[in-house]
Amino acid sequence: MKRFDYARPADLGSAIATLAAAGDGTRLVAGGTTLFDLMKLDVETPGRLVDINGLAELRGIDTGGDELRLGALVRMADAAEDTRLKADFPLLSEALWKAASQQLRNMASLGGNLLQRTRCAYFRHGEPFACNKRNPGSGCAAIDGANRSHAFFGGSDACVAAYPGDFAIALIAMDAVIDVEGAKGRRSLAIADLHRQPGARPHQDANLSPDEIIVQIRIPANSVGRASTYHKVRDRESYAFAVVSTAAAVRIEDGVVADVRIALGGVATVPWRARSAEQALIGRRLDAETAAEAGRIAFEGAAPLNHNSFKIELGANVVRDALIIAAGRA
Amino acid sequence: MTTDRQDDVNSDISGLSRRDVLKGGTALGVLAVTGIDSHALAQIGNPSLPAAFRTEIEVSFRVNGDRSSLALDPRSSLLDVLRDQLGLTGAKKGCDHGQCGACTVHVDGRRVASCMTLAVQIDDLDITTIEGLSEGDDLHPMQQAFIDHDALQCGYCTPGQIMAGVACVREEHAGSPQQIREYMSGNLCRCGAYPGIVAAIADAARAMEG
Repeated sequence: MKRFDYARPADLGSAIATLAAAGDGTRLVAGGTTLFDLMKLDVETPGRLVDINGLAELRGIDTGGDELRLGALVRMADAAEDTRLKADFPLLSEALWKAASQQLRNMASLGGNLLQRTRCAYFRHGEPFACNKRNPGSGCAAIDGANRSHAFFGGSDACVAAYPGDFAIALIAMDAVIDVEGAKGRRSLAIADLHRQPGARPHQDANLSPDEIIVQIRIPANSVGRASTYHKVRDRESYAFAVVSTAAAVRIEDGVVADVRIALGGVATVPWRARSAEQALIGRRLDAETAAEAGRIAFEGAAPLNHNSFKIELGANVVRDALIIAAGRA
Repeated sequence: MTTDRQDDVNSDISGLSRRDVLKGGTALGVLAVTGIDSHALAQIGNPSLPAAFRTEIEVSFRVNGDRSSLALDPRSSLLDVLRDQLGLTGAKKGCDHGQCGACTVHVDGRRVASCMTLAVQIDDLDITTIEGLSEGDDLHPMQQAFIDHDALQCGYCTPGQIMAGVACVREEHAGSPQQIREYMSGNLCRCGAYPGIVAAIADAARAMEG
């Protein structure tokens, strides 16, 4: 591993000043479960690390009000056990506890989890494989390579790496907002605007500048979260990344769908909201037939690669099942 | 429409160019070095001073109740410090990437993958390893249960399994065999001793709670 220098600022202001002063080759570290892993692989080679675990103001968790607020340094395991999340937003709790292992969830921060980097094997395992995300301009070995786990939504000629996280899939379904703070002050952005599709610049995962820190995640209180699920299909029953996952939430009024949210994981370069599938359900009864139709619509427009076309049928079934599970919790 | 994401996620962030960021960074760096007063920094919008970067970090912590103070290269993992500097070889290095659970220890009572823990992050914290689990010759109920249920074959994953199992019970995630399997899924056993491991944890849970 490349040698690096280490700083541990005591508060948010100092952390931003540290980042702004440090310049290129500096990375934030919280739980370290992604960054330290990639540093051991020499995929991440920062010269300086800024450890933000001392920032007590990022550790708050307030789920009692009209807006749920989760500090960026709250650990995944702690958020997963929050009673309000479990009762009123089961998709959020499930997305957390169905990710990683309890050891890693005890370590990993929510902010860091949102920024988890792709599991694309060509990205992780380095030379001799080309990877525009790891080494801009080198090409993409996945497009014609082993691409079973890659994205068929949101890719480009330069990159088809799938976004690997679960929590962001549930958050995008709930229209969550991310507060970030940097040298130019604080701003808020929709979770849908946090992650970047690769386009011609796959190396830039997120719409954040180098001096910005995710401060908190805000989830608007709503009544659609209660009948919800995060349905995650994996190659083994636990402790694996999604082959396909669906965050689904539904509110039924007078026997028909009044509000519905569908988001997909494992198949896109960014957290993917299936809005046309949602639209197809509004005002209709939710049953096996309409849920299956929504599942088919959710995967229209997919551009499958050599090894992942099976996920179109699988994914449609996962969406259907997620909707039925969610509706069963109403 | 079938592409469900028409918003332009590739737009540049908040009008802030890389050049602006670099210029801002340089300015702050110069201010910090020359010690210009806090008004100048406040005008940039941030009254706080940067923290110092170091190549060697003094860390003080307790392992199984014994205090240790070490000057660490920040690249050190907690696992390597335990095994190579403190001689505690109970926690095992399986994958060294947080995927197998063989390195599981407790930090302030919570189970973590010690291979993925930067050792500089355990300053002032309490570490418990498999060596600290028994009370002298009296085995912890989880250790005894692993023996009773023959919950191992080669034994390489066992220290991690036991430390994870103890935490699993304390977290109240050992309520059923199904829940034990879910919350122990981060500990792999290449020998396939899983039925014994699940039975041992269920048994130990009764002993620990009783």
